[in-house]
Amino acid sequence: MPMTITEKILAAHAGLDRVSPGDLIEAKVDVALANDITAPLAIKVFDEIGVETVFDADKVILVADHFVPNKDIASAQQVKLVREFARRQKLTHYYEGGDSGIEHVILPERGLVLPGQLVIGADSHTCTYGAMGAFSTGVGSTDLGAVMATGEIWLKVPPTILLRYEGKLRPHVGGKDLILHTIGLLGVEGALYCAMEFAGSVIEQLPMHQRFTMSNMAIEAGGKNGIIAPDETTLAYLAERTTRRFEIFKSDPDAVYDRVIDIDVTGIEPQVAFPHLPSNVRAASQAGNVPIDQVVIGSCTNGWLDDLRDAARILKGRKAAPGVRLIILPGSPLIYKTAMREGILETFLEAGGVIGPPCCGPCLGGHMGILAAGERAVSTTNRNFIGRMGHPESEVYLANPLVAAASAVLGKIGGPDEL
Amino acid sequence: MEDMKVEGRIWKFGNDIDTDVIIPARYLNVSDENELARNAFIDIRPDFATGVSKGDILVAGKNFGCGSSREHAPLAIKAAGIRVVIAESFARIFYRNAFNIGLPLLESEEAAKGLADGGKATVDLATGAIEGETGSFQARPIPEFMARLIAAGGLVQYVRKVKVGR
Repeated sequence: MPMTITEKILAAHAGLDRVSPGDLIEAKVDVALANDITAPLAIKVFDEIGVETVFDADKVILVADHFVPNKDIASAQQVKLVREFARRQKLTHYYEGGDSGIEHVILPERGLVLPGQLVIGADSHTCTYGAMGAFSTGVGSTDLGAVMATGEIWLKVPPTILLRYEGKLRPHVGGKDLILHTIGLLGVEGALYCAMEFAGSVIEQLPMHQRFTMSNMAIEAGGKNGIIAPDETTLAYLAERTTRRFEIFKSDPDAVYDRVIDIDVTGIEPQVAFPHLPSNVRAASQAGNVPIDQVVIGSCTNGWLDDLRDAARILKGRKAAPGVRLIILPGSPLIYKTAMREGILETFLEAGGVIGPPCCGPCLGGHMGILAAGERAVSTTNRNFIGRMGHPESEVYLANPLVAAASAVLGKIGGPDEL
Repeated sequence: MEDMKVEGRIWKFGNDIDTDVIIPARYLNVSDENELARNAFIDIRPDFATGVSKGDILVAGKNFGCGSSREHAPLAIKAAGIRVVIAESFARIFYRNAFNIGLPLLESEEAAKGLADGGKATVDLATGAIEGETGSFQARPIPEFMARLIAAGGLVQYVRKVKVGR
């Protein structure tokens, strides 16, 4: 029976020859991930279940990235609890301080996630690793606590939506615009409970970091995972990071899909998602006159080195408009260091930027760039819900790093063409 | 097992209610459910946390609980006293989280549209039957696996019994 890549990975991890959408399976987990917000609850659940040790000290990864460097006493207490658990359980992968970065950036960067794996994370953007051909999805803390104890999780096999991207990309258009356009097309619940499979010649030509951006935002369409079949780009990315063996899965040509959606990218301009849903998209050129107070470049969506390079290309020799706070958060210490060596950080500083540590920061209204009532931000992050970056009367506009950088210079929403 | 009959006041919300408005991230530096409950829906409906009573019913439109995986969202709703959430549809992580912590969810487009804010309703969790002041509705019964989770008292108890054998 033909299967999709998602079905094949799930079947392999459930010890079954085949699975179909709707099947309830018990699957073995290769990587179990949590962060400083979700791990404390997961640890509480783990303790309640009453086992002594985690199922595999190499496979449970805990990353302090949301409210770090600890923003207040309560956050510090939470991280302390996670740190002590990691030490007690002798976890191989616990990251904090200068060793840490945004979880969904450092895991691929350090070769901790591989194609064909089953990754479960107590963070909704765990779907990011679908870009490497892994089945990867977000859960809550109780699920994660149970996974830490047993190494298994119950899953319902999702139907798959195949999204095929063909045509020629316009200048300044990339993975962020493709996924925003797709979310606009499907709506924020258009892929509810479904696997999203990104394919087509445009995806095949997309660099790895832009694939991560697309898979990262599958959840914003309600998707369970957002997967891309591994190819030469994936293998080249992995070759620099790991010598571990892995299995490559691909969809059968006659696999059964719930829906097949063909998207011609030729007409897609740089996209901006207006408040207060990621599906509320329009072309940056059609934004009208929207003055802004802040620009954020970073996050698990667009905190990659090439995202910073993109932003620096726009900001080189230019300055953020008066009154615009430009905040840049590199995704990892390695990206930070490389950006420093390439002179990118100097470009940001000369443009009037503030460079923060690798963390989630203002994306979820944590710290390092909170908005006041009535303030507007253009952000390369993934959500623009009410109050996401601060005051409930503030506004977040989602865009790619080129548009965000151009908007910082313009003092209003706009693309690089307007500079 | 708790009583499967629920009777309470209806708190009605719209479509695409995300976990950031259910419990904003600025309150996520704690995990205590009662403290979370005090700030539930604070940005969009400040009268909720102060007005809600034990046994009340939350009704919403499509895609309830979308966004972040924070389990603090269903925890805040449950600790506030809500006994069941009825919606047209639920975001999938929220759906798992709610059943895992023992907060039952019912899906019904008709009930989600037909029930009125502030009214009273009775809900039979075993059958999905809903009686409101504005009409009677039949929600899809809770799927068997989810019912087993609820019957066991949530995922922790289920895993203890089934997987760990305690």
